[in-house]
Amino acid sequence: MSERLTRFFASRWGIVAAGAAIGLLAPLLQKWGNPANMGVCVACFERDIAGALGLHRAAVVQYVRPEIVGFVLGATIAALLFREFKARAGSAPIVRFVLGILAMIGALAFLGCPWRALLRFSAGDLNAIVGLAGLAVGIFGGVQFLKSGYNLGRSQKTYPAVGWIMPALMIGLLLLLVFQVKVGENGALFLSESGPGSLHAPLIISLVVGLLIGFLAQRTRFCTMGSIRDVILMGDTHLISGVGALVVVAVFTNLILGQFNTPTFFGQPIAHSQHLWNFLGMALAGMAFALAGGCPGRQLFLAGEGDGDSAVFVLGMITGAGLAHNFGLAGAPDSVVEGVQKVGGIGTAGMVAVVLGLVVCLVIGFTMREKVEVRVVEGGSTATDVAGSAAD
Amino acid sequence: MMYTVDARGLSCPQPVILARKAIQSGRLPAQVLVESVTSRENVRRAAEKLGCTVQVEETGEEYKLTLTK
Repeated sequence: MSERLTRFFASRWGIVAAGAAIGLLAPLLQKWGNPANMGVCVACFERDIAGALGLHRAAVVQYVRPEIVGFVLGATIAALLFREFKARAGSAPIVRFVLGILAMIGALAFLGCPWRALLRFSAGDLNAIVGLAGLAVGIFGGVQFLKSGYNLGRSQKTYPAVGWIMPALMIGLLLLLVFQVKVGENGALFLSESGPGSLHAPLIISLVVGLLIGFLAQRTRFCTMGSIRDVILMGDTHLISGVGALVVVAVFTNLILGQFNTPTFFGQPIAHSQHLWNFLGMALAGMAFALAGGCPGRQLFLAGEGDGDSAVFVLGMITGAGLAHNFGLAGAPDSVVEGVQKVGGIGTAGMVAVVLGLVVCLVIGFTMREKVEVRVVEGGSTATDVAGSAAD
Repeated sequence: MMYTVDARGLSCPQPVILARKAIQSGRLPAQVLVESVTSRENVRRAAEKLGCTVQVEETGEEYKLTLTK
């Protein structure tokens, strides 16, 4: 039974079901209280968590998002039930940490992770097309590195307790929220009283939806970055059929719920129309995801099933959110000031950070090529090849 | 003589890239060693797409995939 379910989840119908579930539940979360076009956004929600902990002090984006907790723990539950929970770590963690920081800086320049880009697109936000194009270009760059042997090295099996660190951190976050911990008047937790951070679905609903998505995504390996990467790398449309299902279902759900806006560039909810930086921000995020092997959601699910390297990437993203807001690198939404349309976006510091981030990604891609041994057994000689150098 | 790709501990897409490389360079039959169910399913799907027959053998916490055409 377990094996049959595993085969179903690994099939095209499985991935389509996972994408469709996200496409349905994310707009519903918005209906139930989450911010506009932000039913689910891994980057934004990790940024809110960073804010709640006081890692940045942008007062409008501080909340412990139970969806993130649910994603990790849902994946943990699925991995335990199907005997896939495996503690592993040790594949260049410091590089993954840096990639997490850079991915967050890029995502916050655009104002969203790939999931939110899809959800924004599904609600009429045309800037999402620019962002998704940037994402694809960034992933294309990452794929070129993969083809020429880029590799962060092998992970090692390790103590089960290592795999439990991220799930335990998530339970800790949840407890902080449930008990509304507040250390002193000016101490953490910081919870927004206005702005996107103050808008949220009821805790229990957010948590249950998070658990459900985490469970499905762990089983089906849903990954937005991987979907584009696989198409570019080998013309494989398996993962992208899940992404397609997400968009189709989200469009219909938004139409039914009255959440579909007139398609425009200017003035979409929590979005800006500074095209170049929407593009480059997501290009940075896309390349960082490709070099780290997963989109922010996928990294959470992997962390939930015991992958310590993905957990480090997640912590990098949360750190990156702190840096992005403390240094003023994040994008500001479009606004209308005294009847005048004002295009938002990032400032000079943000532009410098995005360009520097791209440079760092290139350095990582060019300099980290591990040789992987390919053995010819039964009397043959041993040959050493650079991983992937001859792919396509 | 069996060509062996040791993809244990490598995260996707590396196992898939290495398996495709073995297939495309005609080194069949080939063995691919992986550690996770994800890699097992990914390699299986990629190999079958390239017209291979895939046999899976589970050994402890590892999987040995034998690719033939």
